[in-house]
Amino acid sequence: MDACDSIADLGQLKQSKVLLIACGALAKEILAIKEIGGWDHLELTCLPAQLHLYPEKIPAEVEKAVKLHRGRFERIFVVYADCGTGGLLQQKCDELGVEMVEGPHCYAFFDGLEEFERNSESELRAFYLTDFLVRQFDSFVWQPLGLDRHPELRDAYFGNYEKLVYLAQTEDKSLDNKARLCATRLSLDYARRFTGYGDLPKFLSRLAPHPARGSP
Amino acid sequence: MSEDDDDIILSELPDDELVLQMHDDLYDGLREEIEEGVNIFLERGWEPYKILTVALVEGMRIVGIDFRDGILFVPEVLLAANAMKGGMAILKPLLAETGAPRMGKMVIGTVKGDIHDIGKNLVSMMMEGAGFDVIDLGINNPVENYMEALESEQPDILGMSALLTTTMPYMKVVIDTLVAKGVRDDYVILVGGAPLNEEFSKSIGADAYCRDAAVAVETAKKLMERKHNVLAAG
Ligand code: B12
Repeated sequence: MDACDSIADLGQLKQSKVLLIACGALAKEILAIKEIGGWDHLELTCLPAQLHLYPEKIPAEVEKAVKLHRGRFERIFVVYADCGTGGLLQQKCDELGVEMVEGPHCYAFFDGLEEFERNSESELRAFYLTDFLVRQFDSFVWQPLGLDRHPELRDAYFGNYEKLVYLAQTEDKSLDNKARLCATRLSLDYARRFTGYGDLPKFLSRLAPHPARGSP
Repeated sequence: MSEDDDDIILSELPDDELVLQMHDDLYDGLREEIEEGVNIFLERGWEPYKILTVALVEGMRIVGIDFRDGILFVPEVLLAANAMKGGMAILKPLLAETGAPRMGKMVIGTVKGDIHDIGKNLVSMMMEGAGFDVIDLGINNPVENYMEALESEQPDILGMSALLTTTMPYMKVVIDTLVAKGVRDDYVILVGGAPLNEEFSKSIGADAYCRDAAVAVETAKKLMERKHNVLAAG
């Protein structure tokens, strides 16, 4: 979420800019894509990544953020997939007249929606991590599930799982090592698949005011 | 919940205090204490069904409320459920012997593509606690599993769980199959799981969406009553 601290001074923004209201878990990746694409028209603000554990709160939080910022932006794009809101986030975005990311969740769009669908059967018993989740494994997986305090709950959560699949956004040996360690801690087999940013650049490129300079 | 819990000797507590203490112990997920409490009540001559409802089910209802209100999260619910399971294991054989009321039979399972099962397990346990026989099909169930179990078990209720936006539509596949076979109305169909809602449940033709296990029990009882009334009238 550190990347979110670099949100531009919203008061200074020009009308032509597009505001991205994103899940904090995507901040680093969005800023990287923005940089690669040279997409200076994109501004970013984030909601706490912890919300993904409480998806029922996401639509209302997104609504608040949209209402707070909409006066200053010509266009707002919500960088959330459904994230377990059961269609309610899409409904809210339609109501607010803003667009959002397609698909069920970030694992799917990082993998690429079609690729994820293709893998879904063979990876039924897989638990996914992204770069963000590998970095924040303790605060976003281990602790919220109570495994720090109650390691005996491991089977109740992961008894039906076989492997941890690290969907890697970047080539980073240290993250690879850390992800492997996460798998060990969960007593799961380990696999890594480099996905890059998946479908996310494609979604963001649609927001370009002029033809994109190149897709990251 | 208090720091001097260690000092409490369960067997010395009068009934009403022991009940409250068991609610606390369930809340704190203390399986051994729950088992001890159940045994004490049995020694005091309480009916197994009364222990189940007054001490255990009521305690879990409180846990459910605090989970709904965001005071407890998943691990605490799992620990409480585990403690309740300990108590249930003692009571279950006795319930049958003592002729505790039977409410009906339910087949429940998580749908194909989904292996989330914490919520489903909790519903199963609370339904059992309420006097339903529960046949749990586990996770990742294709329509064939449901059809087979409905045929062999002849339950009153079919329950389906889904926690993923990608798997919830599969519930419609199951219901459509029941419709096609002309047996849809033989069962009360309850659906649940965090991403679902009332509107979705209606759109796929389920009888009810249940936000949590307590609502599931209430709804099941109500719909069973209605079914019996219809049968009696017909
Ligand atoms: C715990 C959890 C897990 C555990 C599951 C352990 C297990 N054995 O089930 C773990 C960590 C393993 C996990 C894995 C995954 N999860 Co998960 N998980 C959750 C979490 C945080 C809580 C779910 C839960 O157990 N709640 C506790 C129980 C008590 O509540 P409940 O399930 O809602 O059940 C109650 C009611 O819904 C109802 N109910 C439920 N079923 C039924 C059935 C009937 C018949 C009735 C009447 C009532 C009823 O009664 C229950 C009891 O009160 C949710 C977020 C959330 N807050 O919901 C995400 C969530 C569901 N998971 C999600 C995802 C994406 C995944 C993964 C893909 C993530 C990954 N990194 O790989 C995998 C799934 C893999 C797969 N193939 O299925 C997403 C779904 C997003 C979407 N678009 O669908 C969520 C919403 C989180 C998020 N926002 O990202 N998950």
